Amino acid sequence: MQLFSCPFCGPRGESEFRFAGEFGNARPEGATVTDAQWSSYLHRRSNPKGRSAELWLHLTCGEVFRLDRDTLTHVVSGSYALGDCAEEVQP
Amino acid sequence: MTKRYSAFALLKEGLVGHTGWQPAWRSPEPKPRYDVVVVGGGGHGLATAHYLVRNHGLSSVAVIEKGWIGGGNSGRNTTVVRSNYFFPESAALYEMALKLYEGLSRALNYNIMLSQRGMVSLCHSPAEMETAARTVNAMQINGIDAELLSRAEVQRLMPALNCGPDARYPVYGAVHQARGGTARHDAVNWGYARAADRAGVDILQNTEVTDFIIEDGACRGVRTSRGDIRADRVGIAVAGHTSVLAARAGFRLPLTSFALQAAITEAVKPALDCVVVSPATGTYVSQSDKGDMVLGGGLDLVPSYGQRGNLPTLETVIAGLLEMFPSFRQLRLARQWAGITDVTPDSSPIIGESPLPNLFLNCGWGTGGFKAIPAGGTLFAHLLATGKHHEISRPFDLDRFERGRLIDEAAGSGIAH
Repeated sequence: MQLFSCPFCGPRGESEFRFAGEFGNARPEGATVTDAQWSSYLHRRSNPKGRSAELWLHLTCGEVFRLDRDTLTHVVSGSYALGDCAEEVQP
Repeated sequence: MTKRYSAFALLKEGLVGHTGWQPAWRSPEPKPRYDVVVVGGGGHGLATAHYLVRNHGLSSVAVIEKGWIGGGNSGRNTTVVRSNYFFPESAALYEMALKLYEGLSRALNYNIMLSQRGMVSLCHSPAEMETAARTVNAMQINGIDAELLSRAEVQRLMPALNCGPDARYPVYGAVHQARGGTARHDAVNWGYARAADRAGVDILQNTEVTDFIIEDGACRGVRTSRGDIRADRVGIAVAGHTSVLAARAGFRLPLTSFALQAAITEAVKPALDCVVVSPATGTYVSQSDKGDMVLGGGLDLVPSYGQRGNLPTLETVIAGLLEMFPSFRQLRLARQWAGITDVTPDSSPIIGESPLPNLFLNCGWGTGGFKAIPAGGTLFAHLLATGKHHEISRPFDLDRFERGRLIDEAAGSGIAH
């Protein structure tokens, strides 16, 4: 069992968490959004091999947060509350 | 020199000390140019090369493989073949594959050990039985063999299955596809490789594609660890690593890579002669010809390129197996492994041209690539040779994600994705 760290609850077993998407996939806004932009937001993913910034849901507390991990080694390098995700921690 | 495999050839070679067998494929030096280059020496890549020559008469084809052929998902799957899909588009695709599998040993002169022992998808509630009846009707309308089994019929097929009132998930019945079953996965790879090599295809193992040659906004070949190779058309069939190659070509795809685990127990005498899946326990199992129980389940829902898998999912799968077959508690686990699957939002594959002209995609098979190999190869070869879709592959083009016409088989394929 791998431990993930919830910014609010601390380290917990991986089965308490659920992957919720890639970090930084911003919803396109406005009336001029094209089908391609909308499709890209909905479906296309970077799916990186190696360092990855992701959104995860902690099922027990219900908070969504940013988890930085390596998709090859599974090593976790950081966990942030979304409110604290300032410029310096953007991918 | 013995070229053709047969009982007579085996007898003849036995009399001369097996000195006449030759390697099943060559290890040629790369040429500077081919008509078509296929990246990825798994089942789909090798089948594509085979059908490019056999169906379309191309003479200059190469398959480029980073490691050794069949060393990725083609050698890591649980060997199940079936076509029990819900939507007409999927039914046409997977039924094409199953029909080709039925004649493949003869077509390739290579015994792929196809065993149509039947595929049983269990139902655990009256509501599931109603959905199963709908699935069976849909399959029959699509021209695929399917029948609804009662609990007594399920118990007769699998005496060891716990169908009793004490079961955590009581068995109400099942969907049965009698033509489903298993095939030897290595043999499928090796058979296609041997047939393609005989037809002149260069299989380049231990050759990594590091980049694409892009000129005038179109793909003109690949840069590899053994030099540049130019080609009129390039196809990629690299399963879980498709996004990595797509990034080198400058685009993103609707794919996320997840590990799919499988495991086998020690070998025992015959105890299970069909493939059985339980959506409720999240487990499927069959017994290999060697005697070991081959088991698998749902994805590890952690994006991953590490071919290992995590323990919680394995625990769920094994708990599910023991719930279904309490007597299997005596078995010891022999091996566990994982393959990296490329999963699309609708659990259906992508076959079509990529955003980069002359570069074509065969990906997104997710957890179900093995069963589709002959169709994936046939359809991808058609696309690479003609530049146009076969009518069966057209619905699976990348454009469905913009048009919104998804083919959502997450429920239809009988296992939780």
